[in-house]
Amino acid sequence: MLKYLFAKNEDIPAGSSAIYFGFSSIVWFVIGTGLGSFNAAKLAFPDAFVGGGEFFSFGHMRQVHVHAVIFGWISMAFAMAMMYITPVLGNTKLWSEKLGVWNCTLWNVGLSLGLTVLWAGMTSGREYSDFPWFIDLYLAVAVFIPLAVNVWMTILTRRTQGIYTTNWFFAAATFMVIIVFIVGNLPEFFHLTGLTEAYLTWWFAHNVLGLWITPVAAAIAYYTIPKVTGNPLYSHRIGHLHFWSVVVFYSTPAAHHLMSSPLPEWLKSFASVEGVLILVPAIAFVSNILLTMQGKWNMFVENLEVRFTVTGCLLAIPLNMQGGFQQTRAINWYVHGTGWIVAHAHLALLGFSTFLEGAAVYLGLQTLMKRKLYSLTLGNVHFWMLLIGFSIYWISMTIAGLIQGAGKIYEVPYIDVVIAEHPYMIARWLGGTMVFISNIVWLYNMWMTAREGTVVPAGRMPHEMAYER
Amino acid sequence: MSVNFREYKIGARMFGLALGGSMLITLLLPSFDIAASVSTDVALDKQLSAGWDSGWQLGDPLLKGHNKPVKVLVKNDPLTGVALAQAETVYVYPAGTSLPNGVTHSDNLGAGVKDLSLEKGKIKDAKKESGAVFLINHGAFNGNNLPYVENATATKGWTPDAVMAKADDANVSHVGSGKTMFVREGCWWCHTLLPEQTQDWQAFGTPPMLGDFNGESPTAFGSDRKAPDLLHVGSRNSSKEWMMLHFFNPRLVQPHSIMPRFDYLWGEVDANGKKIDFDKWRAEYNEYHEGKRVAAPEVPMYAKDSEIRGLIDFVLSLK
Repeated sequence: MLKYLFAKNEDIPAGSSAIYFGFSSIVWFVIGTGLGSFNAAKLAFPDAFVGGGEFFSFGHMRQVHVHAVIFGWISMAFAMAMMYITPVLGNTKLWSEKLGVWNCTLWNVGLSLGLTVLWAGMTSGREYSDFPWFIDLYLAVAVFIPLAVNVWMTILTRRTQGIYTTNWFFAAATFMVIIVFIVGNLPEFFHLTGLTEAYLTWWFAHNVLGLWITPVAAAIAYYTIPKVTGNPLYSHRIGHLHFWSVVVFYSTPAAHHLMSSPLPEWLKSFASVEGVLILVPAIAFVSNILLTMQGKWNMFVENLEVRFTVTGCLLAIPLNMQGGFQQTRAINWYVHGTGWIVAHAHLALLGFSTFLEGAAVYLGLQTLMKRKLYSLTLGNVHFWMLLIGFSIYWISMTIAGLIQGAGKIYEVPYIDVVIAEHPYMIARWLGGTMVFISNIVWLYNMWMTAREGTVVPAGRMPHEMAYER
Repeated sequence: MSVNFREYKIGARMFGLALGGSMLITLLLPSFDIAASVSTDVALDKQLSAGWDSGWQLGDPLLKGHNKPVKVLVKNDPLTGVALAQAETVYVYPAGTSLPNGVTHSDNLGAGVKDLSLEKGKIKDAKKESGAVFLINHGAFNGNNLPYVENATATKGWTPDAVMAKADDANVSHVGSGKTMFVREGCWWCHTLLPEQTQDWQAFGTPPMLGDFNGESPTAFGSDRKAPDLLHVGSRNSSKEWMMLHFFNPRLVQPHSIMPRFDYLWGEVDANGKKIDFDKWRAEYNEYHEGKRVAAPEVPMYAKDSEIRGLIDFVLSLK
């Protein structure tokens, strides 16, 4: 890929940047989940792996895991989907493959640098916006703005009259993530302090999920399900409802992350009501996708990409039921700050979103490389280990969170809560390790697809071909 | 090109309106409430002891706890040596140390506290180049008794050098660099600094008030609580010895703890300048853990300039 950095744009084969982003995202997924597994082991066995000094301490590694999966795996898989799906839906080519290749290179370089400084303890001390401000500026300027320019220009130079649902989301989300990045990091750029800093920390954390991860993941499903099943999207209008309610309802509840802080009460109440209204885009999305599946439910079993996407959609149901209600005052006091929330965050990122992106990366890489997936068996192993590993993680952390919540309200001495949670810490480590191993299998399968996958003839889609292994 | 398709023009404007409206409600409106908050004693103590910023900053790029003030208990007047009627806690900013947020941006102190700090406290006379000594005083403003920041270098002539020359090391507390350690080592990934307004009162103390955070950065509330809240830990446990054992290996005092060891914050040598043999300590601890030794190996006393000193000082300052 690096040879294309200095090639003429016309000489770069279509799809190069998407392939580059696709493989980068899988590698970051392996790294990110590997770190997650290691972190979980530290919590389960605190006296193991000592002697490495600060670089192997939990406090230095937790944020590296979080940022590797959000900005490495998830966001790069999004970029892969954008480089691939945006031009297809506009019946055109990507505006600039060269910009895409540069974008991916600068992204890998910047993220590696950012994770290294975080690992060394150079942090802003703000959850989810932990990167020091020079990394934040780099990510805004060298990562998100070039990505957005490529997406917007591709949409502007499209050869169709209308813009399909997926591309509304791509265009809007790339815009919103830039705004969120710049506004959310204002405390670091301009040294804003106190409650302003605390509030903007969670304004960023909320909106990077609500205006970037959730809508882009959903937009991918709006492409993969109609494309692979051959069914048209069930309802364009429900898509409208989804889009507008994301912008209006998902961008406002940031304060519900700080229900126990002395923020203005009106703001907390407002955030809580808006938080329940997130169910509007959530239900619109899930129903639209599941209704698009009508008559093609056999593909949920038979087709790997559909199975990934529909699993992600189904996981969106508990995700949003939790998300809508756990932030209300009636429930938040019980679960806030417990493992329940950790489980919920993994349901969002490793459950819902990862399965949708996984489908896009599977589908996109096969289509662009014109190679059928090397092994269905390995694909199935990946799917089931990912799903079972995630489920073990989610269930164990949810139970741990409920124990912790009970301990909190009955004022059990804290150490007894730690003792009670210990078996679930071990279970979480086992689940997380399964996820990590499954991703190594995926990386191998994709690598072998590139090298030895059956060639897909021109004019055919990979899902129309039979598997050979 | 169909850029000018009418629906998309309307759509783009509606989008701007929706997102702009959302930002108006979630950013602009709360900013008035937050800007109206008035610093409490707690906020002044926190910002004066932590200094400019405890996260990444140009003055301390590797988060080593540099560019930080120290908190000193002054019993005798540093100029005359005469015993003070009441010991004063002062915050010493040696020359070149970045001044705290409330001094550089006095609006952050809030109405009243700002006026008192400027008029009575003379905070505008403090200069980074020459350093300054601050303390917290109280005064009347519109009938209210409010705390304010006093620049003791301007009001009393107490210079950083004069205070430090007379200060007994036992009365010097490195809370500022300790907050940096708290942030760098990720203590806040498990220990929150935010007792909740519901059931946390009895176990972890009162939740913070509006005005308790002015000038503090980062606030490091934490969100994923895997360990006790620490906002008032210094009131529950004020033993330096316990903290020392607990940081070196938490299992020494709490066998079921899942906290990591922070022995590496001791650095290379102990208080006597002797090299700390971590491998030997760990081997002996393992023998103790397996029941082959009656007592755990001795935890070395930390050196005066070690990182752990700051961290312990910070934790004990959380009253």
